[in-house]
Amino acid sequence: MDQLAQQLVNGVLIGLVYSLLAIGLTLIWGVMNVLNFAHGEFLMIGMFLSYWLYVMAGVDPLFSIPINAVALFLLGMLVYRFIISKVMKGPALAQLVVTFGISIFLANFAALVWTPNFRSIEHTLLSGTWDISGLKLSIPKFVTSIGSVATSLGLFCFLKKTRIGKAILAVEMDREAAVIMGINTERINSLSFAIGSALVGVAGALLATHYYIYPFVGGSFGTICFCIVALGGFGSIEGAFVAGILVGVVQTLGGYIFDPAYKLAIVFIMYLITVWIRPQGLRGW
Amino acid sequence: MTIRRVLLVLAVFAMALALGAGSALAQQKVIKIGALYPLTGNLAATGLDCKRGADLAVEIINGNFDLNLPFAKGEGIPNLGGAKIEIIYADTKGDPKNGLAEAERLITQEKVVALIGAYQSSVTKTGSQAAERLKVPFVCSDSSSPTLTERDFTYFFRVSPHDGTMARNQFEFLKDLGDKQGKQIKSVALIYENTEFGANVAKMQQQYAKEFGFNVVSDIAYPANASDVTSEVGKLISAKPDVVMHAAYITDAILFTKTFKEMNLVPQGFLTMAGYIESDYLPTVKADGNFMTVRSTFALDLAKKKPMVGQVADLYMKKYGIPMGENTARSFTAPFVLADAFNRAKSTDSQAVVKALLETNIPGDQIINPWKGVQFDPKSHQNIHASAMLVQIQDEAYHTVWPFEAASRELKWPFPAWKDRK
Repeated sequence: MDQLAQQLVNGVLIGLVYSLLAIGLTLIWGVMNVLNFAHGEFLMIGMFLSYWLYVMAGVDPLFSIPINAVALFLLGMLVYRFIISKVMKGPALAQLVVTFGISIFLANFAALVWTPNFRSIEHTLLSGTWDISGLKLSIPKFVTSIGSVATSLGLFCFLKKTRIGKAILAVEMDREAAVIMGINTERINSLSFAIGSALVGVAGALLATHYYIYPFVGGSFGTICFCIVALGGFGSIEGAFVAGILVGVVQTLGGYIFDPAYKLAIVFIMYLITVWIRPQGLRGW
Repeated sequence: MTIRRVLLVLAVFAMALALGAGSALAQQKVIKIGALYPLTGNLAATGLDCKRGADLAVEIINGNFDLNLPFAKGEGIPNLGGAKIEIIYADTKGDPKNGLAEAERLITQEKVVALIGAYQSSVTKTGSQAAERLKVPFVCSDSSSPTLTERDFTYFFRVSPHDGTMARNQFEFLKDLGDKQGKQIKSVALIYENTEFGANVAKMQQQYAKEFGFNVVSDIAYPANASDVTSEVGKLISAKPDVVMHAAYITDAILFTKTFKEMNLVPQGFLTMAGYIESDYLPTVKADGNFMTVRSTFALDLAKKKPMVGQVADLYMKKYGIPMGENTARSFTAPFVLADAFNRAKSTDSQAVVKALLETNIPGDQIINPWKGVQFDPKSHQNIHASAMLVQIQDEAYHTVWPFEAASRELKWPFPAWKDRK
């Protein structure tokens, strides 16, 4: 019984990491209908950035969050400006393949310049585990989940309250109408791609506090994120947030109660049932 | 495309052709061996370790070194006029499909006369199928699934011990622990990644647990490369085993170690393998890796009894700047076994090489591993002398702890609680 509660907590913690990764992905999809396969590799770049800042300048990953956000924002903008915006004019297949190409390039480029070795940050401000009457709560994982909630809320407020945020939502809902209303959609595309990347940069800094770092780490998170985006409804920020937690909990509890060998199968069955009942996903339209 | 562009492309092609022809000319007295390793993807770091081991072996064979290894003294392979060995690497990306395709490519296009590799048992399985079909010898010194040598292939040979042997070694250790040190173990929990490697390790462990009279309280397969393993560790905690036996590659080994600590799993001991002895494991988990007991076919402290091991390890350190490890030591041995076969066969013809491999008899003092030597079983082609020892991580380094007679450090048992560390 104790283990069951423990697993529930663990599920929420990993679920919130998934949420943070998935909202960036879903934002990009929602605005420009581009599935960014390089999302996991952007995460990897974020993790490495935190790692190098820690090793070379002694910056704790917690403080590299803003640096990561800005750096990945710029990276996202450049990738959009010089690669994505070009293929947006081409056939749909080109859009699909190009981000896939970027992902392979980034992972292998990282392996080339930083070697494929594993790294981890040892003495961060966050380490250790709280023991709350038998319930184990990893401090770095807990702070990561708080960071995820805060970032998601921040994004949500930005989209609902600011002029630019409302413009992003407008483009997401109806691109043609937005153009007629005088919204510069090209700028909104670039901005959304950059914001989506910045979010994954934040996730990179948070994950760097307790996860191993290596060039192919993106792959461990990539596939599950697509599932979450689809489950939450393509383009829906709230949907992705809720779906992330849901997947985390179902995966962890399912693995514990049934068999860990089937934990991903359980997640995908849940996904299939959901799209069967609601083809647009939890919060899609 | 403008005319200029076409010309440019043609010029590049012409240069590439010229380069290809040039290297073909230079390769007259070169024996080409193909190597399959995961050079990109999840196991890229592992593949690099393996590549370094094979590269160092080839350097020793081709060059002139004062070491007690076959062909170290004098350049190249004597009976073939000092022919040099060249390894052509192919990247499997850790995928059995690529293992098959790359093995075919190496044989049919690169014209390699033998293959080594491929670290992951699942990839070796498909790669060696291609080799068998195309009648080219495959000498494996790094994959451990028992099924590989149960196929009675004509062209497949394995130098290193398989999981059956090593699982038996692990239970011999547990029995020894009770008999010689009075530390009685009753139950074990098996946890393993669900590919060829892990699943077969578990099958063998189940079999030997029964034979040696240990109770398996939990048998957990999990998907490799997961991003979170708390449910797996939760199941282990609920099972309360005396000993946890884990079969994992590097990514899982790191993640599990962190999760064991976080969720405070403290059995009497952890018996582990593979990922836990990769060169990246300790630098990543650091002191959290202490007191893990790992099965191994190599340890740097073997140098105390076999000085040649120390000399090779020094060469390795000088060349790559990191200490030599288990995976490197495994891939290091295969090129010597092949060179020895080429030399006795006086040819690289596959039938002659297979015949020579079957007659292989390399004494124990000419290999860096702690075995009595290399000699293949005539039917299965498994090295009959291969076995495992156990090392334990203490002070963030691997030390031989079993067989007890060969130990360089005393075994620390039971596993100290996480909270009492540091």
